[in-house]
Amino acid sequence: MELQEKKELQAFATRIRLATLEAIHSIGSGHVGGAMSISDVLAVLYGREMHVKPEDPKWPDRDYLVVSKGHAGPAVYGTLALMGFFPYEELKTLNRGGTRLPSHCDRNKTPGVDMTTGSLGQGTSQAAGLALGNKLKGRKNRVFLIVGDGEMQEGQCWESFLFASAKKLGNLVVLIDWNKKQLDGTLEEVLPMGDFVAKMEAFGFDTVKVDGGDVEAIAAALERTRNGGEKPYAIVLDSIKGHGVTEVENTAMNHSMPVTDERYANWTAELKAKLNALEG
Amino acid sequence: MTKIVYNGETDPRLCKDVIGGTVASLVENDPDVIFLDADLMSCSGTLKWSKTHTDRAIDCGIAEANMAGVAAGLAAAGFKPIIHSFGTFASRRIYDQIFLSGGYAKNDITVIGTDPGVTATMNGGTHMPFEDVALYNAIPGATVIDASDPACLASVLKQCVDRPGIKYIRVGRKQYARIYEDGSDLPIGKAVTLREGTDVAIFAAGIMLHEAMKAAAALEAQGISCAVVDCFTIKPIDADAVEAWAKTCGAVVVAENANRHGGLYDMILEVLAERCPVPAACVAVEDEFGEVGTQGYLQERFGLTAAHIEAQVKAVLARK
Repeated sequence: MELQEKKELQAFATRIRLATLEAIHSIGSGHVGGAMSISDVLAVLYGREMHVKPEDPKWPDRDYLVVSKGHAGPAVYGTLALMGFFPYEELKTLNRGGTRLPSHCDRNKTPGVDMTTGSLGQGTSQAAGLALGNKLKGRKNRVFLIVGDGEMQEGQCWESFLFASAKKLGNLVVLIDWNKKQLDGTLEEVLPMGDFVAKMEAFGFDTVKVDGGDVEAIAAALERTRNGGEKPYAIVLDSIKGHGVTEVENTAMNHSMPVTDERYANWTAELKAKLNALEG
Repeated sequence: MTKIVYNGETDPRLCKDVIGGTVASLVENDPDVIFLDADLMSCSGTLKWSKTHTDRAIDCGIAEANMAGVAAGLAAAGFKPIIHSFGTFASRRIYDQIFLSGGYAKNDITVIGTDPGVTATMNGGTHMPFEDVALYNAIPGATVIDASDPACLASVLKQCVDRPGIKYIRVGRKQYARIYEDGSDLPIGKAVTLREGTDVAIFAAGIMLHEAMKAAAALEAQGISCAVVDCFTIKPIDADAVEAWAKTCGAVVVAENANRHGGLYDMILEVLAERCPVPAACVAVEDEFGEVGTQGYLQERFGLTAAHIEAQVKAVLARK
């Protein structure tokens, strides 16, 4: 990857974090940790990998994104606003009565959101169904699925992975946000998940592990999924919950947290400095 | 056209074969229809057909929750999915998936739950859904059907694939008493009067229609005139028909092969309470779990026979 493109993707990821925090700050608190940890992969997906049309969100041949960890909705909304799916100012309606931006992703409310998620595990089967449906319709598009590491404790995930593998859904790419934390603490404390790479390989996925904060590594991993084939793909994103904002990264219980005015000022100052360094 | 041909005889067809044949013809006529099962294709009469239609007959294995979610994804991709499992698994085991991935997300799915209530017979209490109706009634906008006979089953299944929302059809796999002429149209949401009467209105569905007709004949011989109304559409209930017959007769008995709580009885009581309060009673499962046995044994055990309907008709008449 050219250095310039790398910097642009890093800047996009930083802008996603800023947009996400702006949305969450406007309502006072939200799922900061797991939104920050997928900002880099969202930047690569929308910045270079996915074919979408912001002016035609329901374009049937688009690539689909299912964010099964639906509580990361604000990061998706930040991304979609930056992409032009809806006005940036609308981010400040997050979770307010009548909003198009509810806490968890809803395909019937938000332009650009492809699936309704929030009850963990369910997005995995929906993504498999979408991939199968697109394949049966003869479409050449792909389905990307972001699933949380704690979410993988849901049995439905494993049912859907068996299915995707059996049905040879080479048009499905599963991105596991391995940020090592869930609501009640670390995965190790709550329910250890073992080796995701070995597990996904055992379920028949073509699997790689990359640094979930490295846009270049994510891009390379995604590029190798373009060929399709008979195996679905898994990319284990070795990520940090709260990535990109030092204070959040250093907060043990950072699944959902208040974003006070003071925190917002400090956190956005750090992100803006990063942005300046990238674009300055 | 709806033609009533009830004479107490059994329809020679197995309902599972009617499911299989109807699904096959739906797929033949509409490439967007797709059928999913969870290792029970031989029970839904689709197994042989599935071998030659591998792109429209998807066996998901013993993973019902995933099947429901895959169906939601297929709907989002432009398909009209029909999924099948036994009524227990097609309702409570996949409830959150049907509720959220299906109903809430507006991914339209037709669900067939076989072996409702006591028709689960030899599979016993673990496989005996008395609660499936209540669960599906609680999904906003859902359509809930207790099929009357093979003709009704074929008619409603055809309508369901193009009907928005979650559609749940409960039906036994085996034989039913024949109610309607083959090819009859049974519009969803319209109750059908099988027999007119003046003293008590019996609203029934599914296997209880045959019991209700037997009870009405026996009661007529005793000088009691009963209307029998087929409420195969439990939700949306045909409130106008319920109101009209309740007003005509002034007393109501509801007969259903399900728990008395949350099913057809409740749907009808809502109409009566709001539009025309009259004495009512039910013949239904009295808030119990299922158990193993022949259908005849179980109908006696849970009080789901013509004799039980007769007794309730007399009880409700005494309260008029």
